[in-house]
Order: sequence, then C-alpha cells, then structure tokens
Amino acid sequence: MSLSSDGPKIMPDAESARETIETESIATPRRGPLRGFRARWNDLARPVQWAWMLIVVAIAFALPYLNFFPLTTEPGNDWPITCATMAVYALVAVGLNIVIGYAGLLDLGYVAFFAVGSYTAAMFTSPDSPLAKIPYLWTLPIAIAITMFFGVLLGVPTLRLRGDYLAIVTLGFGEIVRILATIIPAMKGQVGFQNVGRPPGTEPNGVPIFSISNGIPWYWLTLGVIIIVLLLVGNLERSRVGRAWVAIREDEDAAEIMGVPTFKYKVWAFAMGAGVGGLSGALFAGQIGFVNNQKFDVQTSILFVAAVVLGGAGNKVGALLGGSIVAYLPLRFTAIADWKYLIFGVVLIVMMIFRSQGLIPAKMRLLAFARRAARWTSAPPPESPPGGTKATEGAAS
Amino acid sequence: MTDLTHPSPPLDGEAETHTDPPLVEGAESERELAVEVGENLVEVRNLTMKFGGLLALDDVSFDIRRGEILGLIGPNGAGKTTCFNAMTGVYKPTSGDVLLEGVSLKGRKQHRITRMGLARTFQNIRLFGEMTALENVVVGLDARHRTSVVGALLRLPRHWREEASSIDRGMALLEFVGIAQHAEKRARELSYGSQRRLEIARALATDPKLLCLDEPAAGFNPAEKEDLMALIRTIRDEGYTVLLIEHDMKLVMGVTDRIVVLEFGRKLADDVPAAIRNDPRVIAAYLGEPEDDVA
Repeated sequence: MSLSSDGPKIMPDAESARETIETESIATPRRGPLRGFRARWNDLARPVQWAWMLIVVAIAFALPYLNFFPLTTEPGNDWPITCATMAVYALVAVGLNIVIGYAGLLDLGYVAFFAVGSYTAAMFTSPDSPLAKIPYLWTLPIAIAITMFFGVLLGVPTLRLRGDYLAIVTLGFGEIVRILATIIPAMKGQVGFQNVGRPPGTEPNGVPIFSISNGIPWYWLTLGVIIIVLLLVGNLERSRVGRAWVAIREDEDAAEIMGVPTFKYKVWAFAMGAGVGGLSGALFAGQIGFVNNQKFDVQTSILFVAAVVLGGAGNKVGALLGGSIVAYLPLRFTAIADWKYLIFGVVLIVMMIFRSQGLIPAKMRLLAFARRAARWTSAPPPESPPGGTKATEGAAS
Repeated sequence: MTDLTHPSPPLDGEAETHTDPPLVEGAESERELAVEVGENLVEVRNLTMKFGGLLALDDVSFDIRRGEILGLIGPNGAGKTTCFNAMTGVYKPTSGDVLLEGVSLKGRKQHRITRMGLARTFQNIRLFGEMTALENVVVGLDARHRTSVVGALLRLPRHWREEASSIDRGMALLEFVGIAQHAEKRARELSYGSQRRLEIARALATDPKLLCLDEPAAGFNPAEKEDLMALIRTIRDEGYTVLLIEHDMKLVMGVTDRIVVLEFGRKLADDVPAAIRNDPRVIAAYLGEPEDDVA
C-alpha cells in the first residue's frame, strides 16, 4: 500500500476505482441559463405543458410575419424563404440527432440521405427526368422509404465498426453518393433537374400557393412535418427503442450483455435518421425547385453535424435550435457568409471548451411513465434499507 | 448454510448487526422459479480458452445447481473473469461448451444468451452513466419486453402495458437492492456502493435463471460486505441461482453453498466451503504458503 501510494498506479484496483467514483459522483448542480427553466418546466402539470407548447407552436407559425429589424434577413435575403430554409435545416438536425445524439454513431455522410431524398423528389416530378411523374406530395413518403432503404444498405455492412472507423466509412458513403450523381448520366450531374414539383392548390386569383418565390407555404408545410416528426421521435425516445439507443451510446458492450440487440437498434437508428434526412431533402428540393450535384458536398455534412453538436447532441429541441441557427446566421449576416465555415469552426471549438454539451444539454426522458416513478419516490418515505445510504459514508483507507 | 462459522474473527462489532433487506412486493420474478437445490442448471463442459499462445482456461468443467450460490475463486490471473466471459458469450471459447438447462450457448449472440437467462454484473462498474438509476434497470427489463419498433413509434397497447409494468417492477427492484431513494438520479451521480447495487438490480431485471456477480464486493468496507452478503443470500432465497466471483475469502466462505477453485486456468477443487478451507492444495495455491497464518 505504501509503495503504490508513492507513484502513479499502473493498474487501477477497486480502491482507486472507488475513489474516482466517489469524487466524480458528487453531484454538481448543472450550470447554464436553462437550469432553473428545466426544473420549473418539469414541475408543470401535463396540460399546462401542452398549453405552453401550443403557444410556442403558434409563434413558430407566425415567424415569417415577424419581419422586423434585429430578426429579419432582409434586404439581403427574403425572410420567408430564410424561414423555410431554417425549417429544412432544423428537420435535418432532428434526423441526424437520432443517429449522433441518441445512438452515438458519428455519421459524417448524412448529406447523402439528404441528397437521395432531394433526387427522389426531383426525379419523380421534374419534366427533365425520364421517370414516370407522380404528384409531389407522394414523393415525400417515397423519399422516406428509399432513404430508409439506403440507411439499411449502409448500416448493415458498416455498423459492425465503431467510433472513428464508422465515421470514416460514412464520410466515404457521402462522397460516393455525390460522385454517383455526377457520373451517372440519368442523374444529370451539374445540369440537374429543373421545375421540381410542388404541392397542388391555387389562390383565388389563380396564382399557385406553393412557388419558388414564396417561402411562407413551404415554411408552414415543413413546420407541420417537423411537429409530426418530433412527436414520433418523442414516442421512440420514451420507449425501449430510445433506451436501447442511449444504452448503446453509453456503453455498447454492457448494453449487449443486458439483452439489447445492439446491431438491430443501430441499424434502426440509421434507418430512422436516414428517413428524416430524405424527407427534409425532398422538402428542400421542392422549395428550391432545382436539384443538381452541387449542394451535397462534405462541407454540408459537417455543417449538419455542427448543427447537432451546437444545439446539444441528444436533445431534439437543441437539434432544432442548432439547425435553425446554422441556417440563419449566414443568411442574416451576409457579410460573413463566405467565412461561415471558419466561424462555425471557431464557435465549435469555443463550445467544446466552455459548453461541450451544447446549447441545450441532453436530459432525455426515457420512460413513458416517469411521473409514476416520481410519485413512488416522493410519496412513501424511504425506510432506509441497509447499505444503500451507508455506502456514501464508507471511508476508503 | 447460514450456520457456517466465519473463518476469521469479526473485524468489528457493528458489522455483525444487520438485517436482511426487506422482501419487496413486485421484485419477485414473474417466472416459475424452482427453489429447491437439485438438478444442474448450468453445465460447463471442458471449457478451454486460448489467447494466442496463452492458455487462460484449460479444460474447465463444473456444474451449477439450481438454487445454489456457487463461488468461483482463485488467485489473481487464475482465469475467473475469463471463465465468466467465456460463459456469457463475451469471448468465444476455443473449445468446450456451456449448457444452460441442457441447451448449448455455443455461438449465440450475447443478447440472446442474456434472454435465455444468464445475466451478469461487471468487475469494473459499467452502468449507463447518463441514464437514471431507474432507466438503467428498465433497460434490463426490456430484455423481456416484446414491443416492436413500430409499436413504440405508434404507441400501441403493448407499449403502454410494458412501460407501466416496467416502472413498478423497476422501482421494486431498486427497493430490493436498497437504492429506491436514488431512482431518479443519474447513474454516474450515485455513490460507489449504490452503483454496485444498481448493477445487481439491472442484472436481476433481465429475469435471469443464473445471476453472475463479478467481484461485487470489490472496494467495499467490512460493514458493506456484510450487507452485500445478506443481499446475495436474499437473492438466492428469492429463487435465483448465483455464481459469485470473489477473492475476499470471508465473504465467499460465508455466503456460498459450494466453491470451485481455479488456478492457472485449471480447476483445482470443487467442494463445500468447509472442505475447501481445509484443502491443502487450495491453501497452497490461493492462500499462500501453508505455514502462513491464513486469518
């Protein structure tokens, strides 16, 4: 004992492990401006929470009309179109958050799914495409299905890899899709597809509701899709699926040994993330009205990852915020648009140093009936079973 | 087995006074558990494990009978944890086989083995740190759940049923191991002792036929060890079979029904604790030179 206390321990033993845990487990109150807010939010009754959420949703729907000074991107960029772009990026971040934030799989080629979704929408609706034409709205579920298939296709061979290796393979996949779009003649490379379809409907004066120049309907459509996706993702989060994903992120081997079929759930995470990515790609294609191979480069992938990390990996509201910010800033401050990668890089470095958990840190609720457990712990006074509390005061020699 | 005398005098007085953890309603298994000690639950058959040129396990065979606490002991590096890992599917055995109720575990995925009824804890604690204690336990409970991904996405009735029952059963398990008051704390915010107990609760949540504990008392002080022994006995009395790796002789002798001794990857002895304590080979291998004062 006296020998080992002099120098560094080569092998950690139980005593040193205990020491580490006892020092690390001293609960530090979580820092950040939202700490008090989160506690108060969790104390609210469910109907009150729903009421507040409705108010937030109403404000979100009114966003294109909040076209005044500090917020607006005009005169540089059209504000409603900026809103639509922000919504698309937010949706991308929500999807990527499933992969990175929940399951902890670093996907650096997420833009590939975005691209597959965009091309699906374009090739089924654009007059430039040789494929059969279908109504635009039908391409949304088809884009989800096709990208989910691609997610499984990428996931099955690669998800046996871990960490950095997986990141490199996904990076390669992202490039493969972009290069295929360049070299396959049917994908029309840089020429691309003009006049991508749009949802039906005209205003009384005969002008189509959805058009490239009017961002408001696209923004509302995307926002509606985001709300549906958020509800479904929330369902997954508070179920065995969400728990399996987080368990895999925390300790994959332990998860497997606790009976979680880790491979299956990793593939599901990829497929779900891909589906949302494809959906956002299809919406993006419709809103821009034009798809070619120029928008799906590695930088965009990294930008998506930055959005998730900036907002708070593992938190869907954080991802929403991160995606919006990443889309908003270059459009708001057009002077810095050319510098955006440099600025985002610096911001990320600063974030990692001072707030590595992101703007809104993850505190997921993984149980559908968490409130029932809260009642259990608060209502009957714990009759202090043996050992449970004693352990905290045990003195390591 | 409780009338076994302690191999060494008690270290301090208050360590002797303890009460068994309360049997908590809902913590008991949903399966029919055969409580009587009898037929073999697990048969380890000629298990051999080679890492390159290193023979970590050499033709080890032993049985675990239903309803007993079997101790697996040996000096450092004897192959205890390797044996554990080979049994639970972490390693693929070079040769040999492990049978659970007569069914071979060979070549099965780890999560399948867990679902077949073989759960374990880790020597170095491996909880899901960012999840609460209750969520950790519910991950274990999910091993018995059958909600599909689509069922969870759309919140079908089975999802609601399983989620509701998992809260009650998870809380009961936490109460059973004595950390219910920490249910909503994140696992990494728990104290060392609570983390060890949470590991046991999480393993129990998978509803195992055999519970394998890998040095559950490592880093514990004598009083905590006493509490843990009581807990392990209660787990056995609830109808679980327990395999216990431990190198604290007092704990092993006090709690086990039978002991298997490993040395250099070979089985040295397999007997009741009283016989093991007096086995000269075991004393020589494990407790040091025969003339040393063992206590």
